[in-house]
Amino acid sequence: MQVKTAVVGLGKMGVSHLSIANAIPSLDVVAACDSSAILGQMVGKYTGIVCDTDFEKVLATPDLGAVVIATPTRLHERMIGAALDRGLHVFAEKPLTLSGEASEALAARAEAARLVAQVGFHYRFVGTFREAKRLLDAGAIGRVTHIMAEAYGPVVLKPSNKTWRSSAQEGGGCLYDYAAHPLNLMNWYFGQPTDCAGAILANPLSAEVDDAVYATMRFGSGVTGQLSVNWSDDSVRKMTTRVSIWGDKGKIYADRQELQLHCNGAPPEGYNKGWTVKYITELTEPVSFYLRGEEYSAQLEAFGAAILDGRPVENSFRSAAETDRTIEMIRAASAGERVAGAPVEPVRTRSRGRFFGLGR
Amino acid sequence: MDRILFGDNQFFGVNHMSEEKARQQLIRFQPLDAILDVLQSALKAGVRGFSCTTHDRMADVAAAVRADPAKWDGFYFCPGMPYAHKYANAVTEHGYFDALKQVLPNEGVVGAIMRGGKALVTRDVETLITMLVDAEMKMFAGLPTPIVFLQNVVTDLVLGLGYYDAFRIFAEHVKTKYNAEAGFFTMNLPMLLPALESVGVTNPIVCANVNKVGFRMSGGIDGYRHALEQRPARVIAMSVLASGAIPAREAIEWVTGEPYVKSILFGASSAGNIRSTVELIHEYDAKRGAAAPQLERAG
Repeated sequence: MQVKTAVVGLGKMGVSHLSIANAIPSLDVVAACDSSAILGQMVGKYTGIVCDTDFEKVLATPDLGAVVIATPTRLHERMIGAALDRGLHVFAEKPLTLSGEASEALAARAEAARLVAQVGFHYRFVGTFREAKRLLDAGAIGRVTHIMAEAYGPVVLKPSNKTWRSSAQEGGGCLYDYAAHPLNLMNWYFGQPTDCAGAILANPLSAEVDDAVYATMRFGSGVTGQLSVNWSDDSVRKMTTRVSIWGDKGKIYADRQELQLHCNGAPPEGYNKGWTVKYITELTEPVSFYLRGEEYSAQLEAFGAAILDGRPVENSFRSAAETDRTIEMIRAASAGERVAGAPVEPVRTRSRGRFFGLGR
Repeated sequence: MDRILFGDNQFFGVNHMSEEKARQQLIRFQPLDAILDVLQSALKAGVRGFSCTTHDRMADVAAAVRADPAKWDGFYFCPGMPYAHKYANAVTEHGYFDALKQVLPNEGVVGAIMRGGKALVTRDVETLITMLVDAEMKMFAGLPTPIVFLQNVVTDLVLGLGYYDAFRIFAEHVKTKYNAEAGFFTMNLPMLLPALESVGVTNPIVCANVNKVGFRMSGGIDGYRHALEQRPARVIAMSVLASGAIPAREAIEWVTGEPYVKSILFGASSAGNIRSTVELIHEYDAKRGAAAPQLERAG
């Protein structure tokens, strides 16, 4: 059995989703939607998939069961709401919306209607980051003290303000577009932060949005976290994401290629005391169709399985709302405000001058 | 088709195992001479075919080869296009049509499509595809390019979308304009073969992961074997070592035993590794005896 699916928004991610959804067995793409009539015409002509500029018309496609939404983030809230109203399962690109409150409301609606509602935080489907989650849950590094999450990539390398990604109102900028991924991993591992103690959004190149995000956060159980993200780094070929996690019994390092565990307690099965390195080649489950990385297919396969077999949803709207809340906390902190998460102990800070050795 | 081809991933720090190792490789191969030395080692080991992306860096390699034909006697390129990150970054930054305009600044057809004043006809898309191929091929002018590959990110994107005719357009264009055979990189070989057949691309050259652990072999090892029993293809095996997950001897022994594998594509950073890999392939081919002559004829 296949879920009749429509793909909405045919930008880079949308076309990728269209190709994968069309190829994997559980989904059957019956319609597509994009604001560009030319693009829609080309898609219709060359793929045989009916493409329309009218979103409502696409939602009304007979027997439609699910919709993949890959439009600019600003449009998500309205479009997802309309899809949920029609009883459609929804896979949305990240971030879910531009407001934690709106994301939580959508999550509540999807839950009440018992619809599968998933967000494209694909790093949770990368074998190495999944293994890090498994190791943390198994207590492999004891009590966790700190996480450093980083992402770098060559997206904006010269002054530019052309697409929706360069407008914060549309959900552009490094924080929404890039930092959302490592933040979502932090949320997966440790939940929503209780507090953002300080954040900087830097924009050396983009006129309106941030090109780099640096933030310090506190999570429950005494875990501290730092985020360092920069999408104007041309020393890497493509987006490069990594996490380092320290505990009182060891350390985990993970990137897209490898996972390293340093374990000074009792090692989990398959690991040594001291260092163990596992590569993506052994941590990757095969997918039925491969494009750009197993994780992109795996997340859509999981979406299909959740609809057809009732499997639990990974990357639910509820979990994505945590990331949207975290993004809000960082924005507020960078503006000198503080958005409270859970109650926290007072923050003790040293004076700036002394801290940097610049005073007197 | 040669039994062994040389790849270029190592020159760009493409490494499926370690980002740190990848960066070290990138640093090591920053000087052009470091790349040329390794290619010379491959040539001396009898590996003449170089499968490379159309990264700007390869334009420098092509120029060096063009400048010294005696030194590079027998050496040939198998370009793989496009260098996808170039396009992906351009699309993110500018959107599809402006990105196209950047890549093809002097071609009126892009502007015509964008203005929308002109109905889009099949010929336009064919023209676009062939112009993009020509733009990527410029750097190899005057050099032998017997096989021209479509990179897997494009092959598989198009495969998923179902626009199979693009494969035919590509194959016909490289044949007529470059007297080359089309090759297709893919991670989805069992799905690709019927698609190619449906548009008349028969007995295709297909380069795909073939390794003992089934890493990035969508459809699985049995799926590959079954697909190739149904439809013959000239398979070039890559990622034979699964990025080092399989010891070299074990990997080569296994892959040379897969009857559909006509060629093996591998990359290495040192003369020693190139020689030892080539020797291993020859050793197991010789052991299999009967298989080797058949492979020669396959070219």
